[in-house]
Amino acid sequence: MSVRHALLALLSDGPKYGLQLRQEFEARTGEVWPLNVGQVYTTLQRLERDGLVESDDSAVTGPQKGFHITEEGAAELAEWLRTPPDFSSPPRDELVIKVLVAFELPDVDVHEVVQVHRRYLVELMQQWTRLKEDESRFDLNFALVVDAELFRLDSLIRWLDTADGRLKRAAAGVDAPAPQPFPLPKARRKVGAPQ
Amino acid sequence: MSYLELRDISKVYGEGAAEVHALQRIDLSVDTGSLVAVMGASGSGKSTLLTIAGSLEDPTSGEVYLGGRPLSSLSRNGKARLRRQSIGYVFQDYNLLAGLSAVENVSLPLELDGVAARKAQAAALESLEDFGLKDRASSYPDQLSGGERQRVAIARAVVGNRQLLLADEPSGALDSTNAEAVMRLILAACRRGMAAVVVTHDAQLASWADRVVFLRDGRVVDQTVPVDSPETVLADLPNQ
Repeated sequence: MSVRHALLALLSDGPKYGLQLRQEFEARTGEVWPLNVGQVYTTLQRLERDGLVESDDSAVTGPQKGFHITEEGAAELAEWLRTPPDFSSPPRDELVIKVLVAFELPDVDVHEVVQVHRRYLVELMQQWTRLKEDESRFDLNFALVVDAELFRLDSLIRWLDTADGRLKRAAAGVDAPAPQPFPLPKARRKVGAPQ
Repeated sequence: MSYLELRDISKVYGEGAAEVHALQRIDLSVDTGSLVAVMGASGSGKSTLLTIAGSLEDPTSGEVYLGGRPLSSLSRNGKARLRRQSIGYVFQDYNLLAGLSAVENVSLPLELDGVAARKAQAAALESLEDFGLKDRASSYPDQLSGGERQRVAIARAVVGNRQLLLADEPSGALDSTNAEAVMRLILAACRRGMAAVVVTHDAQLASWADRVVFLRDGRVVDQTVPVDSPETVLADLPNQ
């Protein structure tokens, strides 16, 4: 997560001071990602150094040092919003590696290994879903963050289910594909990225 | 206190070489007020488990207890009466009667059980109101959206003094927003005192349950531990 761009986004609403930025950041992420106030000020210093924000004591009331976003900062924010995160190559996923290793080891029941991970992930999902049950604290920002986490965990369970079925069919001699080179999709150019 | 209890349940279909062991020595208990999800792949025995729990089918061996009473002690008529009075069913394809309006669909099981038509309609209307469907009471199933149809089906399953709700992939045909609404209603029914079993292959649905039981090849292979505190996931997050 880019704290740098999150602060630019908050400043695009108008000038603010450090503590205020921290409070708004936590509120807008459903208080799921706590932010250290020291990190806020360090990031603001770097943004100021790069010309993306300027300190502006007249912009906020009180003794705190205020900041406003510059034109360059607004352009940087607009580009960041439209630049997809790098999903072009598969991450070195520990869960995938564990299942692949379990499949190769003769004395390990890969289905049992899959089930251990499936249960853990479902338990995590139960905890996130319990947070949804309490609708009094369930504002829109929090809902979006919780949904994102639930879909992420769900996608892992779906992969485990698919792997489980594929391994079972392979063990039964059905639907066992011959080993082939593993072609990776070509990395796509990121939308909005510099040419 | 457990309302539904399956003890050492097995179910075998076919004979000889065609014999299929759909369920093997299943033990499962569901407390009043709690929601249990049964997860498993297609063919793992989920739906068979649900039909046996709901007395729609007899096990090959083992015993099902509802409210402490063994189902094998009941006559066919006794089981039918128990199903009408105590058990509500929710299916993926809603199973609403096309020729009846929403309120008629909900009141039908009460009327079949001998409740006077006017009283049954009043209870059905109240149930539909609880589910945000009062203004759709006169609509027929083909005039309702998928989410509305399933809410009518749940209203029908919980109307009266039912004690057990059994749901088979209750939101399988719905988008995620309507699926969440359906699970909220089922959970609310549990919190009001029903015991519920939802069978599903969908982890998002199952995660609404107090306990998730995993079936594989007709056997219970695992289950989640009860959720202690939902705040745990937040407390575990690293400080940025």
